[in-house]
Amino acid sequence: MGKREILKSDKEYDRLVKEASPNSPLFKNCLRAFVSGGFIRCIGQLLMNIFSSYGIVAESRNMLVSVILIGLASFLTGLGWYSKIGKFCGAGSIVPITGFSNSVTAPAIEFKKEGFILGLGAKIFTVAGPVILYGALTSIVVGIIYYFVR
Amino acid sequence: MDYLKAFIVGGLICVTGQILIDKTQLTSARILVLFVVVGCIFGGRLGWYDRLIDFAGAGASVPLPGFGNTLAKGVKAEVDSRGFAGALTGGLKSASGGITAAIVFAFLSALIFNPKEK
Repeated sequence: MGKREILKSDKEYDRLVKEASPNSPLFKNCLRAFVSGGFIRCIGQLLMNIFSSYGIVAESRNMLVSVILIGLASFLTGLGWYSKIGKFCGAGSIVPITGFSNSVTAPAIEFKKEGFILGLGAKIFTVAGPVILYGALTSIVVGIIYYFVR
Repeated sequence: MDYLKAFIVGGLICVTGQILIDKTQLTSARILVLFVVVGCIFGGRLGWYDRLIDFAGAGASVPLPGFGNTLAKGVKAEVDSRGFAGALTGGLKSASGGITAAIVFAFLSALIFNPKEK
């Protein structure tokens, strides 16, 4: 049986792909995302409990936890481990703040060779830029609405 | 108990992200933007997100909607203290810690590490 027979048409191919990949990947991916995402939150919770035992107030506590997780994720990205973890975890490693850190660090390292100003300096905002832009826009809308309906 | 709640709520938020990725082919950058915006809206409206943080601790504050919530809370606090101008300054002011940390750490990592061969 030649290759031509197997891949008769695009439609046939699509059908074969669907057959070969049933719903299980979604379930498996979700399970992985759930476990790994949950695990990262537990690290966060652990840090938070440690800080609160030192009597640090809630506001700066949240920020400190974020900062530590951001630093950790950035370092792991530099080592090249975060993308490996990410392949396994899927959204579990993207949705936490560590994913944000990863998406800031990765292009910064990648484009360092294009120079520190227009390479690293510009590309560091490849993903952070949109997040900051739309975050800021939303916060302005929230602020204006809050001003009027407070 | 804290950890269990953080685990479950955090896990569920990630599952939402995973379903979005698998079913809609959204890139991770779009997921990040989406989650921050959603967190900001939920945080701004009646402080829903704060209640989730009260319940789940780091389960809700570590993921990106928590970042959005920080924006919303900051903007509300600034509107309270400075009036209308606070709508412009509040969001990024409250998020400045996270953003600065992210870019500073990214810069340091880029100084130390070189791109890996693929």
